[in-house]
Amino acid sequence: MGTMLNWVKTPSIRALALGFVPFLAMCFSVPLWDRVEPLVLGLPFNLFWLILWIVLTPCCLWGAYRAESADSRRTGPRR
Amino acid sequence: MTPGAIALATILAIVAIGAAVGFLAGARRKMDLEQWTVGGRGFGAALVFLLMAGEVYTTFAFLGASGWAYSRGGPTLYVLAYLTLAYVVSFFILPQLWEVGRQHRLQTQSDFFNMRYGNRYLAGFVCVVGLLSFIPYVQLQLTGIGIIVSIASFDSIGRVPAMSLAVVLLVAFVFANGVRAVAWVSVVKDFLMVIAAVAIGIGVPFAHFGGIAPMFAALAHARPEHLTMPGATPNLGHGWYVSTVMLTSLGAYMWPHAFGATFTAKDADTLRRNAIVMPLYTLTLAFIFFAGFAAVLIVPGLKNGDLALLTVVRGTFPPWFLGVIGGAGALTAMVPAAIFILTGATLFAKNLYRPLFAPSMTDQQVARLARGMVILLGAISLGLAIYGSSTLVSLLLTGYAGVTQCFPGVVLGLYWKRVTARGIFAGMTVGVLAAAWLMLTHRDPVFGVNAGFVALCLNFAVAVAGSLAYPAQQTSPVDRARTSQLARR
Repeated sequence: MGTMLNWVKTPSIRALALGFVPFLAMCFSVPLWDRVEPLVLGLPFNLFWLILWIVLTPCCLWGAYRAESADSRRTGPRR
Repeated sequence: MTPGAIALATILAIVAIGAAVGFLAGARRKMDLEQWTVGGRGFGAALVFLLMAGEVYTTFAFLGASGWAYSRGGPTLYVLAYLTLAYVVSFFILPQLWEVGRQHRLQTQSDFFNMRYGNRYLAGFVCVVGLLSFIPYVQLQLTGIGIIVSIASFDSIGRVPAMSLAVVLLVAFVFANGVRAVAWVSVVKDFLMVIAAVAIGIGVPFAHFGGIAPMFAALAHARPEHLTMPGATPNLGHGWYVSTVMLTSLGAYMWPHAFGATFTAKDADTLRRNAIVMPLYTLTLAFIFFAGFAAVLIVPGLKNGDLALLTVVRGTFPPWFLGVIGGAGALTAMVPAAIFILTGATLFAKNLYRPLFAPSMTDQQVARLARGMVILLGAISLGLAIYGSSTLVSLLLTGYAGVTQCFPGVVLGLYWKRVTARGIFAGMTVGVLAAAWLMLTHRDPVFGVNAGFVALCLNFAVAVAGSLAYPAQQTSPVDRARTSQLARR
């Protein structure tokens, strides 16, 4: 018989929403940014866009981290 | 000295330094099973960062990504997206997994399935899927080493002797030291990898075009279609991009070694903080892309795109520098291959052989069997690399199509109380069979969608439907826990 993990803390909605932003920007919206022009900083637009989001993703995750720690402070330690 | 000899001597020196660091790292520690596989669960943020970087940045990134940028063009951009998004996924799964791992003393992925679903056949199945998915992945690394050495030696040393030597070195240091050795070799390798990537990414466009911007301007003028999707391919368009990014970013931490590396962390917060900064490591890869795209105009018409990066480097830099890059590349292949072999051996001994065939084995006997398996796995993967031929990227995608089928079992197991062993078993079976059938009959991509992703969707649907249709029996563990709590009162 398996073990139920009923004490695993589910991520907060705010953290999940912040985590979804990079997926939206780098994955689902590909038809909007997959083009060569305009070249930005000498890079094709699609390459520039992805590099931009490589840098912005840590910002989103940092926000998610803050949301998570605020969440666990409010609800208190679970164990 | 001929240019080939200079390049080769440099490669050998770098590999020797890497191996020495590996041997020294584990020298004065007593090795039991837990020390050998998860480093005694005491790695801090820095070492976990390097260990995970070492696993993610493989020869695939070095030669494969540039090779596809050269031969396929636009669709290769999926690599930048998936590596970044994999860390986003890890942020929401790994800390929870680590907690579970600490509480139940888990070392491997199968341990998790066994604990959560209480079904050793399911755990064995997960183990087999992991082992099978490793095959193309290890094959990829060894093929990479072969390419590096044969190009660096100006074609005077064949791929086979190069790969054989690499396997011997690899098995030797894994055999002697386990995961701690690998983590420290990773330090040497990552340092070199960053230098090599930046030097190539900036140096090559500057040497041939006078800069990165002029290089892309020339490419946008000469071959604009190469830079967007589907690039030089008939069917790798936006549907393929989205489905491939989803498959690979969800699956990145389903690799048994990445899953196992989670348990080497000191605490859950280390994993969260890691996930925040790790995406920045993907920037190194952007430089590799610059070189891959530059090669389109510099060395057009190569039959095997995987050779593009090193062919350009050989034509641009002095031999000693080709050696430095080759050495970084060789370590970049050996570190992950070592980890795969180590994980595969542990999986086989601890999660397949012991529970199904010899339940009475002691931990010492399991450790001994695992060490024996390291040698065997090294030999098997060498054989496959010698006889196989596929591009590095397609080898990786084959592995992903298999290993991501574990994702529903992990994520539902963590967050959905009603999921059952039956549901997951059925889902994984459907997923693995669908992926294997679609790929072996060359139906990938399916209507422009990655076959592995199609299989993953089927897997999810069956797992959820199966869990709802056949709920767990009345005496679920929660009920039993509650009953025993009541009894205690």
